[in-house]
Amino acid sequence: MGMTITEKILAKKGGVKTVAPGDITVVSVDCIAFNDIISYFLGDRELLKMSDPDKIVAVFDHMVPPPTARAAAEQEVGREFVKRFGIKRFHDMGRDQGILHSIIAENGYALPGTVLISNDSHACSSGVFNCAARAVGRPDMIYGVATGNAWFKVGETIRYELEGRLSRSVSMKDVFFQLAGQYGDHSNMNVEYGGSALPYLNISARQTLTTMSAELSADFAVFEPDDVMFDHLLTVKAAPYEAQYPDRDAQYHDRRVVDLGSIGPLVALPDAVINNTVKVEEAEGTPINRAFLGSCANGMLDDIRIAAEVMQGKLVAPGVRFVVSPASQNIYRQALRAGYIGTLVDAGAIVTSSTCGACGGFHSGVLGPNDVCITTSTRNFKGRMGDPNARIYMGSPATVAAAAIAGVITHPGNFLTGAAA
Amino acid sequence: MISGRVWKFGDNISTDLMLPGSVVYGTEEEQKRLVFAANRPGWVDHVKQGDIIVGGNNFGIGSGRPAARSLINIGIACLLVESVNGLFLRNAVNFGLPMMECAGVISTFSEGDIAEVDFDTFTVRNATKGGDRLNGAPIPSKLLDLMLGGGLFPQMEAQGFISKPRKKG
Repeated sequence: MGMTITEKILAKKGGVKTVAPGDITVVSVDCIAFNDIISYFLGDRELLKMSDPDKIVAVFDHMVPPPTARAAAEQEVGREFVKRFGIKRFHDMGRDQGILHSIIAENGYALPGTVLISNDSHACSSGVFNCAARAVGRPDMIYGVATGNAWFKVGETIRYELEGRLSRSVSMKDVFFQLAGQYGDHSNMNVEYGGSALPYLNISARQTLTTMSAELSADFAVFEPDDVMFDHLLTVKAAPYEAQYPDRDAQYHDRRVVDLGSIGPLVALPDAVINNTVKVEEAEGTPINRAFLGSCANGMLDDIRIAAEVMQGKLVAPGVRFVVSPASQNIYRQALRAGYIGTLVDAGAIVTSSTCGACGGFHSGVLGPNDVCITTSTRNFKGRMGDPNARIYMGSPATVAAAAIAGVITHPGNFLTGAAA
Repeated sequence: MISGRVWKFGDNISTDLMLPGSVVYGTEEEQKRLVFAANRPGWVDHVKQGDIIVGGNNFGIGSGRPAARSLINIGIACLLVESVNGLFLRNAVNFGLPMMECAGVISTFSEGDIAEVDFDTFTVRNATKGGDRLNGAPIPSKLLDLMLGGGLFPQMEAQGFISKPRKKG
């Protein structure tokens, strides 16, 4: 019986011929990616064995720069751990820092056909590189660094065939909203993305979808390999790898065709995204006073560019706070040189460090009880970005930028027409 | 057999509700105080050791933060859910929080009922109202041993991967 991409990777890394849904498989892990948790994932215990420090990636991204003395002190513990175990792939604050999943993408840490685990719940982001990447818990991270292994229960796979072309004011975030609204959660299942639209989707567009697959509650979310992916990996000087394609007779729970051209801008209404998305027209006119552009899903250069195109020559509406967090310092530098940051700051945006701060409700843009926010970030659970009484809508970068100017939720096409030249 | 008083929650209960961002970087004691503070303020004051949570579909959606540990810390003895989020299940297994997926629990239990959960037969019964036993989803033995045996930490300790805790937390 044929296998899906995820099944083939797990079988190979588990040293077995085949795996099938329902199997519990122990696999050798190629990359173990930590965020700030590197400082305290061991709790009050010591690590007595380390499998291979070269498998580890460690990035500070949640509490950057440290907003409290406690956070600053904890980062010292993390640095000490990194030093003691000789971890080379460490991204401390400075030139090469950023949100974990962007750092992985920029440095070629996630390779096709390999397995990556991370304590960060958006780990499946790295599936954009045909990598079986999965979020795990802190105990799994300890087990991973000690043994180099992880266990997975193999789930069924849903295959998405992406067809057609995106319209001008539509992004992959809208495609995700469509999937979340139409199909609901994908709990305990994997997703696999392929189709004739792939040549038209660059890595950052795809990464929005793999990142947000965590919000479909999917386990693994992998893209089929293609030239766009190979070219990116060449650019970042990735190590040798063996990409995995699905077998012709792979068994899927379902195959779904998604016509990208039929999708318009969508928003998620407050408190949930699954089965809670509507066309932007249905929320049009909803007043907002907070807007956020950033996160591992949508803090990429293309996201900042589209926001700059929307805001060119305009001003953030009175009473609106618009925070922008580039997903990495590298992206920040590129956006600066391209003039996007200048456009946004001229419009009244507040540009922050590369951090998960606002998305997680930690710092750099926390919401108060009466705030109504529209965000490109990953989650709108009650209380996610601050006070539980705050209301959080989710939209694409274009939709969020348009709302920041208008002070109300509005169709981004209203602002993009003139900027398209 | 685990038996305890039932508290009911709905579908898509997130780990942000169990362990809010404001205390993700706090102590376990701080985290205990805010379990479900956003959706059920004051609830933690009424929970007793040995209580059982009955939840809906996709229980534990969200981040990999150790929300299962918070539920253990406030005294929850068992979770019974219509379906569980995959990442939350990992943490339940690895921290040693007994849980079972069991279709029909939401309609079978009212808040305050006594639930009886049998991990030998993977069945659930409402001891207050009586009625038929519900069949839960069997859990593979390796995972069940971890889940009911206190999780991954004692095992990793025994295998010499990690030290004993320096202090009791």
